[in-house]
Amino acid sequence: MDIRALVTSADAWKAQIEKIKIKFDSSIEEIRLPGIYPTDVPIIYVKGNALTELLMFLKTDQILDYQFLSDLTATDEEVQPRFEVVYNLFSHSTKLRIRVKCRVSEGQEVRTATAIWPGANWAEREVWDMFGIRFAGHPSLRRLLMDERWEGHPLRKDYPLRGYQFFQTSQEVDTKNLE
Amino acid sequence: MSPERMGIPNTANIHIEPATVNDPDDLWGDSRVIVNIGPTHPAMHGALRMVAQLNGETIEKSYCEMGYTHRAKEKLGENRTYHQFVVYTDRLNYCSSLLNNVAYSLSVEKLMGLEVPARAAWIRMICAEMARIIDHLICVGINAVDLGAFSYFLYGFHQREEAYTLIEKLCGARLTTSFTRIGGLMYDAPDGWEKEVKAWTVETRRVLDEMDELLTGNKIWCMRTKGIAVWDKKQCVEWSVSGPVARAAGVPIDLRKTDPVMFYKDVEFDVPVAQNGDVYDRYLVRMEEIRQSLNIISQCCDKMKKGPIWVDDKRVRIPEKEVVQNTMEGLIHHFKFFMTGFDVPAGEAYTSFEAANGELGFYIVSKGTPRAHRMRIRGPSVWHYQTLTPMVQGYKIADMVGALGSINVIAGELDR
Repeated sequence: MDIRALVTSADAWKAQIEKIKIKFDSSIEEIRLPGIYPTDVPIIYVKGNALTELLMFLKTDQILDYQFLSDLTATDEEVQPRFEVVYNLFSHSTKLRIRVKCRVSEGQEVRTATAIWPGANWAEREVWDMFGIRFAGHPSLRRLLMDERWEGHPLRKDYPLRGYQFFQTSQEVDTKNLE
Repeated sequence: MSPERMGIPNTANIHIEPATVNDPDDLWGDSRVIVNIGPTHPAMHGALRMVAQLNGETIEKSYCEMGYTHRAKEKLGENRTYHQFVVYTDRLNYCSSLLNNVAYSLSVEKLMGLEVPARAAWIRMICAEMARIIDHLICVGINAVDLGAFSYFLYGFHQREEAYTLIEKLCGARLTTSFTRIGGLMYDAPDGWEKEVKAWTVETRRVLDEMDELLTGNKIWCMRTKGIAVWDKKQCVEWSVSGPVARAAGVPIDLRKTDPVMFYKDVEFDVPVAQNGDVYDRYLVRMEEIRQSLNIISQCCDKMKKGPIWVDDKRVRIPEKEVVQNTMEGLIHHFKFFMTGFDVPAGEAYTSFEAANGELGFYIVSKGTPRAHRMRIRGPSVWHYQTLTPMVQGYKIADMVGALGSINVIAGELDR
């Protein structure tokens, strides 16, 4: 028994997917539905230029109503394009979840979601820190977990498991960061 | 060591803009000072750092820093088998490690399409709720200590120790439990354990009433917490705030109700929701949640029956010692299980569970190997800690301590 057996159908999302397809037809690369692909919720692969529009639509549309950004992260797929930025959304009214993904190659920028969810700020900083994906228009894109002097991005697959770096002093206070 | 080398800012080089608003409490004119609080400061819960620009005692601007307890858990998740990763989940929110164990096991089981037997699910529910109570007792207790109410904290701490004794009887450890396994549990509960748990719930309920009398109406406590660090309903949704902090602001979302895993459908409990979203309401919501969790535990104790604790699946089930030591096949199976691990079918799932602080999510991408391709841990504390800067802006520095205690940032879950 695998995940396909667990998720009986994608019926709950059927009307929503149709609605998204009509509005973002040319910008959607692929839609993976549960039952066909081994996933728990539908995954919408969107082109980078329409990412923020789609997220805004998912958030503000009365019927879809995915107003809660559950998680923002990325994966290193080791193929071209290398990374996938992943948005896990949750709707408080319909109690449904959906996943939006955007493929990015190394060095390419993604548009920030901080204008849609101010809470995406630190999550995007973490993605920059761990994967080295830059977010265009982010208010202050600096490292979140690692030290500012750290070299490399630890969650990339080519980063070694024991890639330690040592610092004798703690990070200096930077008054530019005061907000 | 010079002040610069210790990370203390050399204020001579820092340019501070002149004041635009006069603070009536500022006795020194329009002086501005930058203070560095943490990473090792008794009022910061764990290794957290805040740099604040003060006008008198009022926080004008600030920023928070994290990562001092970063142990690369997500990287380790890609380099350890699914079974080995159970112990790392203990160290996420170390105040409620059982809850993390349960949430992690549920997420891998969802990927594999497994469902644990009834007895295992009931024991897991008791564990999860006990962990929630422990976490809430610590949170409200330490929040009160930070604001000067010490004896209140000891009442809760005693009950917490009693709970740890019960957990010790279950799995032999108090803090780092590693109790669940993928598809089952480490051990079955000992005989009569549920009776002891039930007696503990009765006692805890009595202690909780005493704690209520001590603090809930206390004038100093009310003055220090009411209207402090307000974070309203809209802001909670926009900033991805979940759990008791969001419910204190009127977001009526509890993942145990919206996505009832295990037997949460079959037990009766209410979801407390408050309106104001300040430190006091967060305290009230947590106190009521403890009572609801006690309800759930006593229902679980009544409904629990004898039965198997392992799912009937050879892939995930750890072979019995009897079989391992007496048969060749058993020995090979045991060796393969612990050395190479079991394959999880290719796929991906985001599983969230209502942890003590909010939505604890595991986003696991599997490529069909014994190790995850991506093990993302969504700790609620990251999203809560992020709101601290705007939340305390304009409040006094002593209020920041109360606000930080009320959002209950746990460094283990924050830095992962």
